Parts: sequence; C-alpha cells; structure tokens
Amino acid sequence: MSEPRDVVITGIGLVSSLGEGNDVHVQAVSDTGLTHVDTTTFAPYPVHPVAPLELDRQIPKKSDQRQMEPWQRLGVYAAGLALDDAGLKGDAARLDTLQMIVSAGGGERDYAVDGQILEGLRKAEKPGVFLNERLMSDLRPTLFLAQLSNLLAGNISIVHGITGASRTFMGEEQAGVDAVRVAQARIAAGQADAIIVGGAYNAERPDVLLIFEMGRALWKHGFAPVFERSAEGGGFVPGSAAAFLVLEAREVAQARGARAHAMLAPVLSERCPRADGGLEKALASMWSQSGAGRDALVLSGATGVSRITSAERETLDALVVTGSIRCTGDMIGHALEAQFPFGVALAALAVENGLAGEAVVTSVGHKRGEGLARVVRAD
Amino acid sequence: MAKYRDRAGRPIVAVTGMGVVTSLGRGKTENWAALTAGRSGIHRINRFPTDGLRTTIAGTVDFLDVEPMVAPVLSETLATIAADEAVAQAGVTRGDFPGALFVAVPPVEMEWPQRQILADASGETGAIAYADLLRAAAQGDFRTLHDLFLFGTVADRLAERFGTKGSPISLSTACSSGATAIQLGVEAIRRGEAKAALSIGTDGSVHAEALIRFSLLSALSTQNDPPEGAAKPFSKNRDGFVMGEGAAALVLEDYEHAVGRGATILGFVAGCGEKGDGFHRTRSSPDGRPAILAMQQAIEDAGLSPDDIDYINAHGTSTPENDKMESMSCMAVFGERMTRVPISSNKSMIGHTLTAAGAVEAVFSLMTIAENRIPPTINYHVPDPAIALDVVPNTARDASVSKVMSNSFGFGGQNTSLVFTAEPVS
Repeated sequence: MSEPRDVVITGIGLVSSLGEGNDVHVQAVSDTGLTHVDTTTFAPYPVHPVAPLELDRQIPKKSDQRQMEPWQRLGVYAAGLALDDAGLKGDAARLDTLQMIVSAGGGERDYAVDGQILEGLRKAEKPGVFLNERLMSDLRPTLFLAQLSNLLAGNISIVHGITGASRTFMGEEQAGVDAVRVAQARIAAGQADAIIVGGAYNAERPDVLLIFEMGRALWKHGFAPVFERSAEGGGFVPGSAAAFLVLEAREVAQARGARAHAMLAPVLSERCPRADGGLEKALASMWSQSGAGRDALVLSGATGVSRITSAERETLDALVVTGSIRCTGDMIGHALEAQFPFGVALAALAVENGLAGEAVVTSVGHKRGEGLARVVRAD
Repeated sequence: MAKYRDRAGRPIVAVTGMGVVTSLGRGKTENWAALTAGRSGIHRINRFPTDGLRTTIAGTVDFLDVEPMVAPVLSETLATIAADEAVAQAGVTRGDFPGALFVAVPPVEMEWPQRQILADASGETGAIAYADLLRAAAQGDFRTLHDLFLFGTVADRLAERFGTKGSPISLSTACSSGATAIQLGVEAIRRGEAKAALSIGTDGSVHAEALIRFSLLSALSTQNDPPEGAAKPFSKNRDGFVMGEGAAALVLEDYEHAVGRGATILGFVAGCGEKGDGFHRTRSSPDGRPAILAMQQAIEDAGLSPDDIDYINAHGTSTPENDKMESMSCMAVFGERMTRVPISSNKSMIGHTLTAAGAVEAVFSLMTIAENRIPPTINYHVPDPAIALDVVPNTARDASVSKVMSNSFGFGGQNTSLVFTAEPVS
C-alpha cells in the first residue's frame, strides 16, 4: 500500500451554549471560566442550553426546519457553518462527492403525549389496545423521522446538498471518536478525498436526562469544574452542542486553494477493561502511540463521572504533561456524541491561533469507550 | 503476493463464515430450505395486541426466549445467534476474533414497559410528567435500564462475547445499514487496518410504536389476509412493505490471511458502492440517479462490467415507489440485457428486516452463488406492466450464478450496493 496521506481540517462549524462560530470558542480555550449554565429549567439538573440561533441563516426553508427536531437543527446548522468555513457551501460539484460520517443518538419524544399515555395506561382496561389507539392518533410522523439516527445526515443532505454518501455511527461518546477516526483513516488511505464529520446533541430534553439519571451519571449541584466534582459524587452536566469538521487530503485541499486550520493525525480508539488500572493503561498507551509531546495542550473530554475522571487526571499527571489541561466540559458541558468532534475542532483552532504547538483531545465515555486525537499545525 | 490483491493493489476480501436467523428459522440450512421452497415467514403479530392497527402482520422472530422483550435485547440475541454460526463456520476461536466489529443496530430508545416501571415507581397517582419519571429514577436503582437503552450497549456486549479487537462500531444507514456494516469491514481490511472483520446486521424492533410509526408514513402493506401474501415485490398490486426481524453475520477476511490459515472460502465481497440522495427524507430521487450511481460504483469497484452480473438480489421492498425506482435504475445500469437478468426479492418471504436487511440478503446472495439456485419472488401473480423484469416468479430456479449484486436503499437518502463473487477478481 502507498504512504498514508496527510489529513487536514479545512472547515469547522460550531454551535454551543457559548454561541456559534469559531471566535467565541477559541476564546473559551484560553479564557478559563467562560461558560453558560442554566440551573433552573431542569433543576436539580444543570444544563448548558444552546445559544439562540437564527436558523434561517443555515436552514433557509421553514418547511425543512419543521421537519426536524432540535438536535437535528443544531447539527444541520453546524454543518452549514463548516461548509461556509471550508468554502464549499453551494459548490454543487464538490458537495456531490463529499462524504459524510455523523455521530448521533436519536429522539425526540413528545413529552405531553408520553405523560398522557402513561396516565391513561394505568386506568385502561386493555392497556395494549389503549396504547395503539393513542399512538395512532397522537404520534407525529416527523417525530419518527427525528428519532431515526441517520436522519441528521439525511437532513444535511437535503438542506446543504451533500450527496456523496453518509454513514451514521451510534454509541454515545465513542460514536464521535470512531466517526473522526474512520474519516481520517479513509482519507489517509485514499478511500475518500474529503469527508464532513461531526455530531449534534440536544441536552435540553427530559427523556435523555432520564437515561443518564438512571445511570447515576448526572451532576446535580451548582456548576463546578469537571475535575472538581468527585468529592460530591461526580457527574456530568449535559450541554447542547454541535460540531462539524471538513477533513480533506492535504493535496486535495491545496489543489482547490483551501486554507487548512490544522492537521489531524491518525485517531486512536479503545475498548478497554477499565478496572484494575486498565483505563489508565489504555490512556497512557494511546498518548504514547499518538507521538504527542509533553507540552501539548490537552483538551480533555472528561465527563466528571468520578472514578474515570480521576483516573484520566492521574494518568495525565503521571505523563508529566506540562501543557495546559482544559476540559471541554467546563466550556460547553458534555455533549455525548458531539463531544469528541467538538474537542478536535477546538484543538484545531487552538493550534491555528498559536495557543499551542500541538493539542491532544481525549475521550473517556461515561460508560465505555476511550479515544485520543492529536492535532498539529497544518504546515 | 499479487494473487491476493485486486487490480488497485488492495487486499482481496474473502468471506469465511456466515450466519443468519429470520422468521424462517435459525441458521443457514433452515433458512435456505424455506427460501428455496418459496415459504413465507410472515404471520399475524401475537407479540402485542393489534386492535385498531391498519397492519396486523409481520415477520417477527417468535421462537426465542428474550427477557425483557425490548428491541435492543432481541436485536442482541439475534446478532449473537448469527455471529455464533458465522464464527463457528470460519473456524476462528470464539471469544478471540482476530479483527474488528461493525454492527448495524436499530436506533435505541426507552420503551413503554420501562417507562411504565418508572411511572409506577414515582408513586404519582394522577397526571404523569417527565419530572415524575426523573424523580423515580433518582430514588431507585435503575442502572440496568440505563445500560439497556444506551446506543452502544448491543455492540459492546457482542464485542465482549466474540472478543473482537478495538472499538466496536454501531452504525445506521437506515434500511441499508446491514450493507454498510459489510462495506465498513471491507474498507478496514482493504486499508490494512484489520486482517478480519465481523460484520453484523440485526433488527428485532417490531413493537407497537415502531409499527405505528411506519404505518403513519403509509409505508406498510395493509393486505393482512393472508399474512404470507402481503409482501408482493414488483407486483402491480403491491401496497407496502411488511416489517421483519432477523440478523446475519459475515466473517470477512483478508484473502491471504484466510488462505494462510487454511480457511474455507465461501465467496468474495468484490465491490461496494454508495451514493447519497438529497431529494427527500423518505422518497428517492425520481430519476433514480443515486441508486444508479451506487450500483455502477459497486460494479466498477469490483473491477467488473454490468454484463458480468448474473443475478440481482433486489432491495425489492414491495412499496409502490421502491420497486418502480429500483426497476428503472436497473434498466439504466444494465440496459436492454436487464430483461434477461434474474432479479428476486427475499423480502417477499422474510419481510423487510430493516437494519438487518443488507446483511441478511448478503448471506442469501452468497448462498445463491454456492448453491447455483435462485430464491424466488413469491406472491407474484399480478405482473406490473411498468416493471418488465425477470423476477424469478414464485418458484426457485437453478442457474449458474457466480457474480451477484445486492441492493439496499434507505430513508435519509441511503443507497448501497454490494457485489459478491465466487472467485477472486484480481
């Protein structure tokens, strides 16, 4: 096989509680304490609510907006920003071959309908029949299309005209890691020239809070930094966010005169047994395989879930990392499938803006899955 | 070694193990016997009440003990059965699979029985809101439900059981997911990242809400009587698909690696093609261009020409739109010869196994090659004059088949085609 090709990041699209676009997010990397938390709407669960967006700017047709639920709108919006940034928006010929990998969950529910059905099921003589009747009359077809994980990609195709082909990865945090990993690997191996990769997450949903509360994974106090939560039991603060990256082979980007934010090295991912030092070993091994220097800026995707977050911190300390260690969770909260792509985008911006010579992005999923990416200067 | 590489210098991808389970039965032997006998696995639903529903039939898998009966657990069980069979046939050690896992799984969400458990635990006797469910979740111990309804759990459990290497990938491309799982495995082997891949498609998601969702999109057949007559791909009186359940697993392997360990080669994945469609969320481009390009790309990727293809394993859902679009697209790709290329739809017998379909039909495509026998399209009694194809009507046919194309098309503009061959194409 021929030598692997360099993979550069030529487009970034970000949306979070801090706002949209690259500038505010670069600022969040250097300006500790820049964050926006809502502690009342879903109390006792704090969430980072998405900043208000003018959807029309990236999703011009109201009919398209109506066909989506919020998590999909966030993703379609961020993908549009990434295309703008890469200079690909409206470039029909290139969009027709642009590939896509999306990391996504699903949803969303109609909360009122769910509540009414749960109440009715109690009293129903024939609960199954009652359920059928209510679902047949109360479900909106668009909710189904919003529930399907691959319909974020589908909506991006429709709204932005990206029709190379799409694949959707699922599986919480690790879906984001593997989406970026596979995208980088396909381009490096010549299996694709350009891929838009990313994810979106809407944290402002009681149904997803419910899943993670059942897992004892949520932080239920006032805001505290990720690395300072373990004394009170730990947990993550969900954040609404979306991140998309346009990745291209360096030669392909150069040929069209595109500017590169940074270069993305091969991404590492793991499924390690976490007990008995397994997690620490996996993280240290990925760090060493990445070839990152000790002075790299670390953008940790740590959740705040106690033991694993402490283990990550201790591993980084044992590696004697001399660069700053910043948690993306402190800036935008925890955005599950979107967290790792978001971290890689921040890393690219940090390197491009001279905040560090190189940056390392980590991911330790709240339940499973580990990943690490190294981002270096484009030149 | 040159003979283990294709014309582009990439490792050739062999298939060394296959497993399948559908409403027709468990394992390749049972399925093949039913499939070539033209027997349908579609029946009345008895898993949940169907009162008030327009569609009351499906190809559910009812012969397994699954507890709790929720989509992720049934999907995991089906995948395990299929992968057990595939791994045993490949002769690799179970629990130490020498490569990566790619599994197409239905999107996961909490289901009604579990919501009810929380509603009951909340102690709330009047109106129920999510705040009540959250309060119940905070007070009780529901950690098993958390794990049950994470999107990554099925793949994680399969990775644990089969000892696959690296981070397992859970994926969805809607109704082409099973084919995408195979494509991802092929790509990983071709770029030298893995010597083997376990590619699985699984779907055990027939529950009331899932069925109602498709029903509200008018996607399902409502010709409930008789159930086995409802799926009528390519017929003039087709009126929608029938939901099905099942799983299939394929052991994909670098040809050189497979030969090196003396494995029996069942066939090859020679080509993969895919194309997105931005026309509509649930409908295909009227001109069929994305499907045409996916098929052309798969044939080209295999280093073949359309004239080389002996048989097409159709997506053939039995919806008015799909079958028309697929027929037209095949005519465009294969030209006048298409009227003589046999094309049949397994879905006429097993229904649409959704996330699993691409993988299930890949196994049946490779068995068609191995047996030189083409499973029929059953329920073909009223030909559609707009579809002038040889659909292998109603009875299986013996034919020399060495190169097969299998199509998978899905909601969200997903179009994937795969080409399977008996011999390596170098």
